[in-house]
Amino acid sequence: MSQKITTTLTVNGRRHTVTALPDTPLLWILREELKLTGTKFGCGVGQCGACTVHIDGRPNYACLNKIADLEGRSVTTIEGLSPDGSHPLQRAWIAEQVPQCGYCQSGQIMRAAALLREKPRPTRAEIVEYMSPNICRCGTYYRIVRAIERAAREA
Amino acid sequence: MPGTSDEVRGMKMVLRSAGAPETRPGEQAAFDPGRRRFMVGAAGLTFGVAAGVPDFLGLGGRQARASGVQEVVLNPWVTLSTDGTVFIMSPAAEMGQGSLTALPVILADEMDADWAKVRIVPAPPRGKLYGNPLFGGEQYTAGSATVRGYFDNLRRFGAQVRYVLMENAARHWNVPLAELATEPGAVVHAKSGRRLAYGEIAAFAKIPERAPEVQVEPVAKAQFRLIGRDVGRIDVPSKVNGTATYSIDVQVPGMLYGAILRQPVEGAAPERIEDAAARAVEGVIGIVPLKYGVGVLAETPWAAFKAKDALKVTWSRSARGWGFSNEKGFEQFAAIARDLAKKGVAWDSKGDVAAAMARAATVVEGEYRADYCYHAQMEPLNSVAAVSAKGDSVEVWVGTQSQTITVAAVAQALGIPESRVKFHNFLLGGGFGRRGNRDVEFIVDSVLMSKAAGRPVKVIWTREDDVKNGRFRPLYVNRIRAGLDASGRIVAWHHRVVCDEVLAFMDPVRYKVSKGRDNIAMRGTELPTYAIPDQLAEGLQQPTGMRTNPLRAIGVGQNSFANEVFIDELAARQGVDPVEFRLRLLANTPLGERARRVIEEVARMADWKRKRPGRGLGVAYLDYSGTQLAGIAEVSVDRASGAIRVHRFWCAIDCGLAVQPDNVIAQTESSIVYGLGLALTERITIEDGQVRQSNFSDYHVPRMRDLPQLEIKLVPTRNPPTGAGQMGTPLVAPAISNAVFQLTGVRLRQQPMLPERVKLALAAAPGSA
Repeated sequence: MSQKITTTLTVNGRRHTVTALPDTPLLWILREELKLTGTKFGCGVGQCGACTVHIDGRPNYACLNKIADLEGRSVTTIEGLSPDGSHPLQRAWIAEQVPQCGYCQSGQIMRAAALLREKPRPTRAEIVEYMSPNICRCGTYYRIVRAIERAAREA
Repeated sequence: MPGTSDEVRGMKMVLRSAGAPETRPGEQAAFDPGRRRFMVGAAGLTFGVAAGVPDFLGLGGRQARASGVQEVVLNPWVTLSTDGTVFIMSPAAEMGQGSLTALPVILADEMDADWAKVRIVPAPPRGKLYGNPLFGGEQYTAGSATVRGYFDNLRRFGAQVRYVLMENAARHWNVPLAELATEPGAVVHAKSGRRLAYGEIAAFAKIPERAPEVQVEPVAKAQFRLIGRDVGRIDVPSKVNGTATYSIDVQVPGMLYGAILRQPVEGAAPERIEDAAARAVEGVIGIVPLKYGVGVLAETPWAAFKAKDALKVTWSRSARGWGFSNEKGFEQFAAIARDLAKKGVAWDSKGDVAAAMARAATVVEGEYRADYCYHAQMEPLNSVAAVSAKGDSVEVWVGTQSQTITVAAVAQALGIPESRVKFHNFLLGGGFGRRGNRDVEFIVDSVLMSKAAGRPVKVIWTREDDVKNGRFRPLYVNRIRAGLDASGRIVAWHHRVVCDEVLAFMDPVRYKVSKGRDNIAMRGTELPTYAIPDQLAEGLQQPTGMRTNPLRAIGVGQNSFANEVFIDELAARQGVDPVEFRLRLLANTPLGERARRVIEEVARMADWKRKRPGRGLGVAYLDYSGTQLAGIAEVSVDRASGAIRVHRFWCAIDCGLAVQPDNVIAQTESSIVYGLGLALTERITIEDGQVRQSNFSDYHVPRMRDLPQLEIKLVPTRNPPTGAGQMGTPLVAPAISNAVFQLTGVRLRQQPMLPERVKLALAAAPGSA
């Protein structure tokens, strides 16, 4: 029987020490321990992208990363993307009225933020390819594309 | 309440005035749903019970706020502050469709409110006050019926408020009411140049005991200030920074987590439970046997999920659904559909179809099928409940499509009066019909688990739970017979729909009064705009033991597929252009004229007559609850794999008055993307009564790379609004099938049009190599 372990990691610039079963996904630590509920549970198997966060600056699935592997790592969630919700993507998301139910949008924005960091002026084809791991059941995809293009333009 | 939310319960909620958004100190603080209200944007959003609207039932109530600001309840819908803030109740669930904003816009427009001062308050569960007239007074958000259902009443309530404010101003100034007018947020007297802001009137207003009789202008003539202008959805800002709150985000003090291994087939019960491995998972508190499954209580969600997976349960085998499969369903349903001696329940009937069919020169038949499909709302089902120690009261935190049905179901589960249920309303991470069934089993879950635990419990379904225990759009076999006269004109139309029962399963209360007419299964068979003199649509819904539910566009999603592919087949038989064929078929009525406009418009948008090498074009038209819309798909087919690629899609939609035009476009984008998945890739397969699929890895919903270029045109008309939330969904499959026919000469008559099915159809086609 596996026993709980203690892990220290940085989330949105703050160090946290958490105690949990070693195979606990980061997702549940963020949501239920650290109360950062902007990161969502969608599938638990890395198929939908609703839990997308940045780990050491790279987009990653919080549902697939076990807490045991995160000692000393740095995690950014939607709550840490900008101090006041004014990241160019967040502003563009409002301007294009992207969200519908909104549940997937933290993950969409985090993935888009990683894209713009890698490629500040992506082509439309690059956007579509990069964003395809993230599901939006409300079908806000067209507006997501427009918002990313707007953020790239206005950043 | 052991260690629960007494503090939540005792919390006095204060609505903040405009411009003073509530601050939430300590983002990391434990989420206390009684305290964590979010106020967003110009028109703030307060989520949770509307306890902060003082005395909302007592007309004329007046309460002082700490700041000295007074609030005056004008009617159950509007509370006015002396600081000018206008609180407007919004009675619908917000699941992405935008009603939370759209409904208050309607009232605010007629009241001539200053939108910047409007605060939207989700209405508490009070069916008599806030129910949708289209659903017998339930607060039930479904069927794209929210704006349509509430529109007239909201306009009237708004007009009454405006009248009362003007009357008070007239008395105050001692001038005739006829000399007064309003501008947004104020009553003005042009003669004397005087002006009273609504907030100033609130300070002295006398509120009549009875609502004044006030007429509103008909839609065709009315002048609107807010309706038709995009005000921006009030929930949007909170949905880009992680603060939007869904029930899955709720935490209450002392809360445990629950997961439930549910019956694999509806009605199966656990007979033997081996739970040693589950109990050994660290963090597990207890195992809860339920009638319909086995629950796990744990300290963390992860422990609960692990323990649930470690349970071994033997299920009773007496339930009806065992042994069922898609193949068996198709075989049985097709036999019933073909056997005309088996009469169904008439859903829609006009003239005498038997006589007309007997007179017809030719009778043509077509058969169409659809597999089960799954809602796949992004937020897995979940709920939070805190049952009191005595079990005589409960508090629930939920996202539901029906507040009133939820309260009733929760009260019933505990055998307590509805007044002992405290209901907290949250945003829904998608609904699509999954969160509105009468038994709201995903909410009763947490109630039963909390009762067993003696503590608050959040029950979360994993995605696998959500798929395996889905309640699907039923499996369909549609059979249509058309009688044609010597000139090829359609004179008789007989549509038989054989599918699993839906209404009987999802809502026995409504089913009881329906006389066997299953509206969820049958909608879309009626053809109000096609001039066919004799029509009959018969429902033959079958008790298969499968779990079913409304799913975005309900029966229209399959019945229109059958209608519009069959119409295309008739056009092809006569060598008539499919657009032309539909135009000729339209009735010479106002609705028929609106239909003509959207069909002609979409043909123009797509440049319909222009041939494209390697591509096919297909059209579909639809009357959906009075909303007129037409779509055209441009496709290609990879003959090696059978994969269909939709390159472009055009849609013209006339939903009457568009309250929020950009949102109508957004909902149409949404419903078309949803329809694309149902048309091409989404299939649930039943084997021995159980669901084979488990997650997004084997249930394929559209992703960004799957999308066509999309062009939507809103064709505005000054008709009463008829709904926009799901109308595009049923257009997609028939347009694609008809496009594949134009390209290949092969008819695809089953949804989803999976590559292997397309390949088979191409191989079976005459002349194929």
